[in-house]
Amino acid sequence: MSAGTSAPRLDPPRSPGIARSRQRSNFELYSWLFMRVSGLILIVLVLGHLLIMNILDGGVQRINFAFVAGRWSSPFWQGWDLIMLWLAELHGTNGLRTVINDYAERDQTRFWLKMLLYTSAGLVLVLGTLVIFTFDPNIG
Amino acid sequence: MSAATGHGRDGGTAVASLPSGTLYRGREGMWSWVAHRITGVLVFFFLFAHVLDTALVRVSPNDYDKVIASYKNPVVNLLEIGLVGAVLYHALNGVRIILVDFWSRGPRVQRQMLWAIVAIWLVVMVPGAYFMFQHSLQVLFGTAR
Repeated sequence: MSAGTSAPRLDPPRSPGIARSRQRSNFELYSWLFMRVSGLILIVLVLGHLLIMNILDGGVQRINFAFVAGRWSSPFWQGWDLIMLWLAELHGTNGLRTVINDYAERDQTRFWLKMLLYTSAGLVLVLGTLVIFTFDPNIG
Repeated sequence: MSAATGHGRDGGTAVASLPSGTLYRGREGMWSWVAHRITGVLVFFFLFAHVLDTALVRVSPNDYDKVIASYKNPVVNLLEIGLVGAVLYHALNGVRIILVDFWSRGPRVQRQMLWAIVAIWLVVMVPGAYFMFQHSLQVLFGTAR
């Protein structure tokens, strides 16, 4: 292909001198692998959750406090929701980290957007976990 | 980047000659990636709201039921169908990405795999949307409330 246009010249991957020499860490490799492994598990957990909550047996119309109390009386559904919460939040946070790295060009902007992202992820994980573990069917 | 596509019309062909690399740009590979990003970001923001609304079970059954009632409104019901559609696309395209990465023939059939997941998406979403919207139809045009 000899298109005489000015396509940006890219070094081949792993050329000496780029990125790799700066940071000796396999973090991005594990992040890439995590997206695929968690994604496969989430397909079962999330699509199952959506099928049960939105489609089967009356769908969203039947959901209320009593319905939640009935489900969380079972350790199976508590465990399902806990694993789903953690995997989905980490998968989504890592995805948004990639999006921020791609589009926020200024170092400062990238840094603060990621701080906001990690703060919200921490909040969601702590709150969600606490709610599942301390749920009280006889409240109020 | 119009310079990349506008150049050289060799031999009077009607199609502008394409620079190298456009196998991806503007084609199925790019648009499936764009849709994957958009659906992923949307679902992530919904997850944030959803954990907060579910946390109300720890505050008061009454408040929880009131907020959940808004999910049962026909307009919000439509948004839920959109959410399920977004999650389903993201899930199916995620499998396609895994196959591109790990299956030796994956990259060569990535385009066919996209049309396959679009077909699966339609086969699931048409009846799925019907079942999800059934109650709202009764509210809007029937006797249910």
